[in-house]
Amino acid sequence: MLLKMNVVTALTEIRIDGRGGQGNVIAAYILAEAGFEAGRHVQAFPSFGPERRGAPVAAYVRISDRPFKRRCQILEPNYVIIQDPSLLHLPRIVGVRPEGGTLINSPKDLEELGFAPQSRTAVIPATALAVEILGLPIPNSALLGAFLMLTDLLPMDALEKALARRFEGETLQRNLQLMAAAAKRVTPGLWKEAVHAARN
Amino acid sequence: MRLAIEGSAAVARAVALCRPQVIAAYPITPQTHIVENLAQLIADGNLHCEMISVESEFSAASAVLGAAASGSRAYTASSAQGILLMTEVLYNIAGLRIPLVLTCANRAIGAPVSAWNDQQDSMSVRDAGWIQLYCADNQEAVDITIQAFRLAERTELPVMVCMDGFVLTHTLEAIDLPTQAEVDAFVPPYRFNRTLDSRSPLSLGNLVTPDYYTEARYAHHRALLRAQEEIVTTDREWETMTGRSCGGLISVSGPTDAPVGILSIGPVMGTLSDAREEYASLGPVKLIKLRSMRPFPIDALKDACAGLQRLIVLERALSLGAGGILGSGARAALSETPSPPHVFSFAAGLGGRDIPLGIYPRMLEASKSEDCARFAIFDLELDKLAAEDR
Repeated sequence: MLLKMNVVTALTEIRIDGRGGQGNVIAAYILAEAGFEAGRHVQAFPSFGPERRGAPVAAYVRISDRPFKRRCQILEPNYVIIQDPSLLHLPRIVGVRPEGGTLINSPKDLEELGFAPQSRTAVIPATALAVEILGLPIPNSALLGAFLMLTDLLPMDALEKALARRFEGETLQRNLQLMAAAAKRVTPGLWKEAVHAARN
Repeated sequence: MRLAIEGSAAVARAVALCRPQVIAAYPITPQTHIVENLAQLIADGNLHCEMISVESEFSAASAVLGAAASGSRAYTASSAQGILLMTEVLYNIAGLRIPLVLTCANRAIGAPVSAWNDQQDSMSVRDAGWIQLYCADNQEAVDITIQAFRLAERTELPVMVCMDGFVLTHTLEAIDLPTQAEVDAFVPPYRFNRTLDSRSPLSLGNLVTPDYYTEARYAHHRALLRAQEEIVTTDREWETMTGRSCGGLISVSGPTDAPVGILSIGPVMGTLSDAREEYASLGPVKLIKLRSMRPFPIDALKDACAGLQRLIVLERALSLGAGGILGSGARAALSETPSPPHVFSFAAGLGGRDIPLGIYPRMLEASKSEDCARFAIFDLELDKLAAEDR
């Protein structure tokens, strides 16, 4: 058992569920880039295969304090981020580890969503915030900001640096604003102990 | 420069650092991002190169053959059916001893059509006379791409750089990208000494009678065998410059006296390496990573397998009706040694089927006695087949 803890649990695995064209692969890349900025070992990849606009697409991130080499799929993520609430009732949404967390993008609350969570769950209206702040329905910066605030997995400035590598000028400023606005909507460090337990 | 970057984008940057003069390619998943990124680099003025849009992979291969024969540094990339459509030209490129570099973003072959990864495409053309090098991660994909231009030009043999589709091409990870000055020093300007030039005419690709064909084949075979030394030297010199080796022809990790070895190719070696740590209680195991499939490093493989009682070969492609391709090669090579290990050939990850860490204990279990099947396809779900096909 000790052996398993050393190896497996040093690694945090995240799945981001979205639909083709909504940018969840980019969200996974940005989260991994933020991990890279924080000096972590990272890997991000989409669910393999042809991409179709509108079809369910999963993207994955691994972040670890120590080097890892595995290339297998992530079947039991520590955390799941659901970019599109219409995916909530698909069978693929299962699999999150019970001690982990699920972050949902929706203007509704859990009860209205009729979603029975398998882990701790938080909901933020990321698309509405994005429309308000960016003028575009792109929820990535909001979801990642809220996710890092909940988990404390990486310092927020690592995400700022990753965003600064992708965007500049007004677009960057608005994305940083969106990230911060979403982060304020969740309880800081609420899921932190799961991460710490995972690092033992 | 260290950066977090998608594998395809990293390979495109590596290709651009080698200053190709002509690129011709036809888009096919999962190769597409490589060529898209190169097109972007050209469009942005960051790479001065002729990009030829073609109507098929046959034409892509033909265009780069012509470009290289007329003295340009040339590059193409493809996958799966695209590689098969190139096949006639691939043999010509090699037989004409044209130096060029091709990236194969490895994908399964149809039918049935699969967009997902295995290595059936490049393995199907392993006998075309190219050097074939396989990448275990995206850092290697960058490093081997740059090594490939130098190797091709020094050996006058084309080099196919094989990287698992999706598993590497679509995965973002940290990469150390060498500087332009480093790559310029490693891959200096090159002049093909058989350049087609009207001022000094010569012919390429003439009809050869039985009087000469055998000698041509001998020379080509010998050139590939001799390339082993150049592959090792190039990797060593790369290591001197960058501090990174890609493992020469073949590389071994783990205790030298381990009774069991696992031989495979490509990024699955990473999964096996993590699995070995995870399942350390199962005893010492040598992991043997083959980088050069052609030339096939018989002597290096014998050395790598010395002292093993069992060798498990994890196959990522099949010779249908015969079995595993890598396993057959390994068996033949090791049969020349005084006490060869028992060789077990297990295929996995066909057409994108996940290869989890758990394959490691299952392979060890499936090879624990001499009576175990010597060849097996793993993870079969026979109930998916009609009764007569089970």
